[in-house]
Amino acid sequence: MGGSPMSSVLFDVPGPRARSRHRAIGAVTALVLVAVLAWAIWRLYENNQFEYEKWEPFVTPAIVRDLFDGLLVTLKIAAVSIALAIPFGMIFAVGRLSDHWILKWPCFVVVEFFRAVPVLMMVFFLSIKYATEIGKFWVIAIPLILYNGSVLAEVFRAGILAVPKGQSEAGSSIGLRKYQLMTIILIPQAVTAMLPAIISQCVVALKDTALAFVIPYDEIVSVGNDIRNEFHNSFATAIVLAVVFIIIDYSLSRLAIWVERRVARRGRTAVKQPPTVPGVGVGDESIAG
Amino acid sequence: MDVLFEEWRQIVDGFWETIQLLVLSGLIATVLGTLLAAMRVAPVRMMNAIGTSYVNVFRNTPLVVLFILVVFGLPELDIQYTYFEKAVIALSVYTAAFVCEAVRSGINTVATGQAEAARSIGMTFTQTLGRVVLPQAFRAVVPPLASVFIALTKNTSVAAGFGIADATATLSALLNNDPQAAVALFVGIGLGYVLIVAVISTGSHLLERRWAAAR
Repeated sequence: MGGSPMSSVLFDVPGPRARSRHRAIGAVTALVLVAVLAWAIWRLYENNQFEYEKWEPFVTPAIVRDLFDGLLVTLKIAAVSIALAIPFGMIFAVGRLSDHWILKWPCFVVVEFFRAVPVLMMVFFLSIKYATEIGKFWVIAIPLILYNGSVLAEVFRAGILAVPKGQSEAGSSIGLRKYQLMTIILIPQAVTAMLPAIISQCVVALKDTALAFVIPYDEIVSVGNDIRNEFHNSFATAIVLAVVFIIIDYSLSRLAIWVERRVARRGRTAVKQPPTVPGVGVGDESIAG
Repeated sequence: MDVLFEEWRQIVDGFWETIQLLVLSGLIATVLGTLLAAMRVAPVRMMNAIGTSYVNVFRNTPLVVLFILVVFGLPELDIQYTYFEKAVIALSVYTAAFVCEAVRSGINTVATGQAEAARSIGMTFTQTLGRVVLPQAFRAVVPPLASVFIALTKNTSVAAGFGIADATATLSALLNNDPQAAVALFVGIGLGYVLIVAVISTGSHLLERRWAAAR
């Protein structure tokens, strides 16, 4: 908590009076927090949210197993989506950087369109029009591939552009061709530098699998939705689902930060890390460029 | 193609709903997110902890789960709002976490000397932040904040799964009526979203250029 280098610049090292004032403000904040929590708990108690039957499903082995199976499906959707979004992003990033307009323009249009269109819209479109042909798994996976792939295309493009010019000049000077430059020099360095961004994108994909509940499919949020309908415990179910996602996503974010530090330390890439908003998770960091 | 012209009224109504969700939640999220960012850099430990926890909780929860909590969970606690109000609550609470991170990153870009100069003429923490750092931070924050609003534009579509007749819900309804015109409807309504996103990013570029000159 509170330890970014900047925050200490905003105020002087507190003296005795400031320290006691901070303690007072801290105490008041804590009181307000306690009051809010107490109100929330009272409200929950009043409305019988602490009754055993509301939470019983989550200690019933059969239902816990359903949720666990749902979680596996969620992870599978996210893993397949990201695994296919990476090559998609790579191809379209290189396409957009091509010198030939016939490659450049279609890639530009595809990337910009799928970055701007809501994933849920694509899910509705596929589930109404093509659900029987492609199956429910792909109804949710294809939109995630198109969206995350387009976002990653922009991430990779920014990464390739961020490789210092000297690198490709050095490559050209030893007689490498354009595609060799791309595959031997630029892409490996860009991917290494963008690894943390790829992991952050996994968090986005994982959260977006929840959109499958409109189909509905077998992933954890759809399973939760069934539980909610059967036991009339929407509040409890939503809390359980949220906790599961927070644990997984938070661990992934920590992993991204760890990888970022490691990449910076190992020096496998000449790309200077751009100051990204840590895990903004909207995937549009590169728009800033 | 024709279906887009025949049903234009319904499509425009859908986008109007989308825009209302976007503007209202965007405003509330900006205020809440800025407050949270101030808490995260404040000299009071307790406030740091609250700000950090808020961001970690809401940034890592799927928006759909948050919608389930607000739309179906709150009535169980006898808290009653309309579907539109509940959609705005879910979207604002979720987006505020991202606004907070964008503003905080903006605060980090303001040169150290600025805050030091403010302190050296005797400004307090609130004055330093409010008069010197935040006004400059908001400039640096324009691009990431625009990304947050672009994400919000797309996120408003989740409300379509929870009883709101926005543009995405309109698409779903029209698709069910007329599956033959599916591709035209998808591309047409998709271009509507592209237009909103283009307006936000153009606005952000204009602001960025204007404020960059003022610096």
